[in-house]
Amino acid sequence: MEALGIWNYWVVVLLMMIGLYAVIARDHLVKKLIGLGMFQVAVIMFYVSMGKVTGGTAPIIPEDVPAEGVLYSNPLPHVLMLTAIVVGVATLAVGLALVVRIREAYGTVEEDELQRMNGAGS
Amino acid sequence: MTYARVRVKRRTLMWIEILLFALLIITAITIVRLNDLFAAAMLSGIFSVLCASLFTLMDAVDVAFTEAAVGAGISTVLMIGALALTGSREDQQPTRLGPFVVVVLTGAMLIYGTLDMPAYGDPGAPIHQHVAPEYIAGTTTEFGIPNIVTAVLGSYRGFDTLGETAVIFTAGVGVMALLLGRRKRQGKVESTDASGDGNG
Repeated sequence: MEALGIWNYWVVVLLMMIGLYAVIARDHLVKKLIGLGMFQVAVIMFYVSMGKVTGGTAPIIPEDVPAEGVLYSNPLPHVLMLTAIVVGVATLAVGLALVVRIREAYGTVEEDELQRMNGAGS
Repeated sequence: MTYARVRVKRRTLMWIEILLFALLIITAITIVRLNDLFAAAMLSGIFSVLCASLFTLMDAVDVAFTEAAVGAGISTVLMIGALALTGSREDQQPTRLGPFVVVVLTGAMLIYGTLDMPAYGDPGAPIHQHVAPEYIAGTTTEFGIPNIVTAVLGSYRGFDTLGETAVIFTAGVGVMALLLGRRKRQGKVESTDASGDGNG
């Protein structure tokens, strides 16, 4: 029963590893970026699920109800992960811009072909 | 609401969570296996919406709507834009053993690392004992706004948000530096094609 209490972390690890597989095993650079995004969402899910309190509610204080005795989930991971999501989309934008530049310079975005070209060139 | 009914509700919520997690894993595996990248980009939008639903169930409503707006909206648009410029077909490739072994080993180590974590939803976990109670109590007395996440984001941890803004600015400059040159080069090629003189 104690081991079943941490199933959410195992799902997160599974999700993270699917993303990692996409990053290291697939050749198309955009597919790698999708995998990177998946990995990042898994990290966010990890933090948010740590902040969850059983029986708690969203950290918004109701206006008319007395605030004492209401159990809130931890707001701190939420704040940190808001930052992480926005930084993640910035990373994605820079990555995609690099992919567009690589396509322009090499004519392909498949990693194995890029490595073959670089090997033949040097 | 009686205690028993609350218990039933929590149980139902847990099953919804498990169902959403299962859908999430299926979507993720499908994205990795697809060769059509337009379909993969669309599925990554669905992936983000599923994540947003899960965040709502975990009480992180602010994270949920940011994920829905940014993950399902902006990221998908950016990805489709990039695919339109680079081509959306991926070469067929077999499942490789090496990366698979690496991934399984890493996953096993991470799962070993989670064994000492506090249980999911445990109110006595260390994360809930440090500054979070101060933030929750202080939001009413110090700011008087209802949303605790906004109070922490804008005030208690305002410097984090400033750093985030700096990152976004840097990323914007980087994207512009990478792509503005592209337009200039393309313009040069077109003008060379049109007029025939190469001294641009």
